[in-house]
This record gives sequence, structure tokens and C-alpha cells, in this order.
Amino acid sequence: MAAAPKRPFRWHIGVFLAPALLVYTAIMILPLAGTLQLSLFRNIDQSQVFVGLENFRTLFGDPNWSVNFWNALRNNVWFFIIHMLVQNPIGVLLAALLSSPKLRFAAFYRTAIFVPTILSFVIVGFAWKLILSPLWGVAPNLLDLIGLKSLFTPWLGKEEYALTTLSLISVWQFVGIPMMLIYAALLSIPEEVIEAAECDGITGMSQFWKIKLPLILPSIGIISILTFVGNFNAFDLIYTAQGALAGPNYSTDILGTFLYRAFFGFQLQVGDPNMGAAIATMMFLIILGGVCVYLFLVQTRLRRYQF
Amino acid sequence: MSTATRSLPRSIGAHAILLTYTVIALFPVIIVIMNSFKSRAGIFGAPLTPPTPKTFDLIGYTTVIGQGDFIHYFQNSLVVTVASLFFVLLFGAMAAFALSEYRFRGNTMMGLYLALGIMIPIRLGTVAILQLMVASGLVNTLTALILVYTAQGLPLAVFILSEFMKQVSDDLKNAGRIDGLSEYTIFFRLVLPLVRPSMATVAVFTMIPIWNDLWFPLILAPSEETKTVTLGAQLFLGQFVTNWNAILAALSLAIMPVLILYVIFSRQLIRGITSGAVK
Repeated sequence: MAAAPKRPFRWHIGVFLAPALLVYTAIMILPLAGTLQLSLFRNIDQSQVFVGLENFRTLFGDPNWSVNFWNALRNNVWFFIIHMLVQNPIGVLLAALLSSPKLRFAAFYRTAIFVPTILSFVIVGFAWKLILSPLWGVAPNLLDLIGLKSLFTPWLGKEEYALTTLSLISVWQFVGIPMMLIYAALLSIPEEVIEAAECDGITGMSQFWKIKLPLILPSIGIISILTFVGNFNAFDLIYTAQGALAGPNYSTDILGTFLYRAFFGFQLQVGDPNMGAAIATMMFLIILGGVCVYLFLVQTRLRRYQF
Repeated sequence: MSTATRSLPRSIGAHAILLTYTVIALFPVIIVIMNSFKSRAGIFGAPLTPPTPKTFDLIGYTTVIGQGDFIHYFQNSLVVTVASLFFVLLFGAMAAFALSEYRFRGNTMMGLYLALGIMIPIRLGTVAILQLMVASGLVNTLTALILVYTAQGLPLAVFILSEFMKQVSDDLKNAGRIDGLSEYTIFFRLVLPLVRPSMATVAVFTMIPIWNDLWFPLILAPSEETKTVTLGAQLFLGQFVTNWNAILAALSLAIMPVLILYVIFSRQLIRGITSGAVK
């Protein structure tokens, strides 16, 4: 915050910056650094002792922790894959349809499809829990309408389906975000480009694949990284629908719920802030890794397509 | 836009897909709200039909209003959201102004430092945040939540607002300087009113995650006094697992304020997203 040379010190710059910097540093950056630091310590005889990477060795090696950790990580990767494979293609499809010229009711569709995104996880988790519940019978009734009643099982209660079901619920909630961002990107394609394509006889589907899709790739990149960060930081939906134990039998456990249990303890296990910090550090490294891949590999390559 | 020749079948196809998805998006919400107005027999007998005079019943709502302290939770949520929003907008705009208006050593570094928080979620610092709040005696106060949400909202606010502030004409600000206005007056009187539309966009983006957050209320302020409506709903729903009327009514009560606000502000929100605020 130093002033340029040969000029009086510009106090106002400091005044403008200070509140934001202060709050941001004190509540966000320092605790983040503190958490990373805490992961290197362990509470022995009521005092914090520096143990180096010992907590991480426990996390990866001690079966009490490592089984849960790898399970949570695997589940989290699957959670992310479902989002990438289902949420983003649906978002692109809806945006492409919405942006077609002279489409009637576009504003209505846009508003309606975005509704789930504004609802809280608590509402979404519980509403779907009720709908999929075999007690109530909304889902079996609906399947019956299209003659597929035999397919119904209590999806959230079965180990093999629960995680996929929850991922799809999360996709249902957040599909509005890729839709809106892609929609914005499609609208910002200059008319000349489209007209030139039409002069060359490229219309309809091939116009989308050959002209528009390459131009919206940067937006798809942003959506992918947003999805990545959001997924590896997720907690609320699983906690609401399945509880902190992420049942059945930990099959829906992801890093967020694992962190919560490690930090606060559950049932017989006592909470351990240091192990919690170690898990948070792993999440930090994973997210940082993803962001770096995006910034240095994906974005620099996508730049070329920008206007 | 271009005037592509669109055949009728294609347009019907587009509407069919969009309409199908609209139904998928809205149907859980509609089912929940519809059934919240029914008696228990109605809920289980015919879950897919709207309430008829025979099945209409407000028992769920009377249970919820009688049992839960929802009005109080609602107030807490309102206080936390409005206060955080105020600080995010004020501090964010001030920092954005400093970064976009003045050239000083470390400007770019400062921008990058603040942008860090857009990608790294504040949740990862929870362990140390809780320790900090315990040490400063702020656990189970709304202040703790307001501080956390202010820090959480600032990075994106600074980023978006400085983009917009770069567009405010220099001539206008320099004219103000020649007239002898202080830098503070220029900011509050000239620049802030001009970026008001983008402030609204930032407000909407900041508000939704704060209102809906479950993690920090659960960890920093779970006491009865400081529960937010999201946490309150979560606990309430957990308690009444078998009382379907009450659950459906509680869900509907939680959905409706957000839904009404959304319908009122949806134009603003969608314009904000599509104006390229998030590049």
C-alpha cells in the first residue's frame, strides 16, 4: 500500500482497502493458514505438539482412518463424474435450446428451470427424501404411470444406488447454473459470426457443433472448475438427506461429511481437531490442484478461441 | 439474432424438451406445496392430486406454527443475511474502487490476493475459525456468522465490482476533483450511484448462499437463540420424521419466502448472470 514516489502518501487508498482486507485476512486467510498448520500438530497430554506429517500418515495408513478416507475420496470422485457427465451436458442442451431465436416462453422456461438452484439443500434434500420414500409412494406411482413400477426400489436406502441418486438430486438442483452461464455465452457470440456461418451453408445442428460449441468452450471450462470446487466442498445435501454418518454403511460419505465427523466426533468417537485439519488440508490440496490444472492447462489453451 | 429458417418440427421438439425439463424442475416443489394443504389420508391416498375440499386440511401448518420457533429463526436469518450483505457491499465496493481507480505499488498483487478466495472455499478453514470464535467469545452469536459471511462474500464482490467500476468515466471523476471534492465524496456521491445495478447483481449472488447455508450455523451458532431458519428447518424436520403433515408444511414455509423473492427479483438475477458479470 505504498504511495507512488514523489507524491504525498495517499491515505484514502488505505482507508478504502483496509476494511475488506482486514475482514478477509482475519476470517478467511489466517484461519485457512491456521488449519494447514494445525494439521501438523497433535494433542498429546493437553498440549499441542509438532508431529510433522504424522497425521497424514495416520490418515493414509491407519485402517481406522484410511478406509474411510479413501472411501470418501472415491465417492467424491464419483459424485464429480456424475455432475460432469449429466449436469453439464443437460445445461448445454437447455441453453442451446433457450438461445434459439424467436423461441416463445423463453423467459418462463429460464425462470422455472432455475428455481431449484435458489432453494436450500435442506429443502431439496428433504423434499426428495419424501418423494423417493417407499412409504409415501410418489415415485412408485409416477413410475406406474409409464409402466415401470417394477424398477422402483428405495434408492436412497440401498448401498449401491444411494450415492448416484444423491448426485442426481444435486444435478437436479444445480443444472440452472451451467444453463445460465452457457446461455450468456451463446448470447454474446457476435451476429457476424453466425451470419458468416449461414452464408457458408452451416445451419442447425452442425452450426452448433462447428461454430458455437468451440466459442463457448471457455465457459464450459469455467463451469467445470466451479463444479469441481463445489463438489469437493459439498456437505449439506448428504448431511440433510443421510445424516452425518452418510449411510447406508458410509456409501454416500464424501470428504465434507468425513471432515465433519472427524472434527466433531460422532457416536463413540471423540472429535479430533487435528485430524479434521488434516482432512481439510487434503481437501485444500485437491481443490488447489484442480484450480491450478484449470488455470495453467485448460485456460491458456482455451484463450485462443476468444475474440 | 440471425434469422435461421426453423422448421415447425424442430421448434416443437425444442418446446417438448424444455417443457419436460421444466416439469422435472418444478414437480418436487409443487408436490410438496400441494400436499402440505392436505389431511394425512389425502397425503397418502392420492399424493399426485391437488387438494380437494374433502382432503383439504391445515393441520400441518398449525402444528409447525405451534411447535417450532420459526419466526425467531426467520429473524435471525434476516439479521445475518442483511448485515452480511451490507458489509460485503460496502467493504467490497470500497476495495474495488481502490483497486480500479488508483495505481499504486502492489495493486495487482492485492487483486490476486483477494481473488484467491473466489476459488478456495472458506469452509476449509473451519477448524481454525471455530478456535478463533471460541477464543474471542463469539461462539453462538450472530456476529460470528456475519463476520464469516462477510469474508466469504468479499472476494467475488470485489472482483465483479472492480470490473464495473473500470467502466465509470474518468472525466466525471476528474471533473469532481477539479471542483474540489474529496476522494471519499467522489466514491460515495459519484461512483456508487453509477454502479448501483451491478451492486444489485452482487447482492443477489451473495444473498442466496448465505440464506441457504447450513454448515456455519451448525458449527458456529447452533444455540436456540441464534439458530437460522435453515438450521431450524433441518432440526425440526429431523424431529418430526413421522409427522408428514408437519414436515410438508415446514418445507412449504421454508420454500415460499425464497420463491416469492425469486419471482420478484428473477429478472434482476438473470440479467445479472447474462450481462457477463461472471466472465
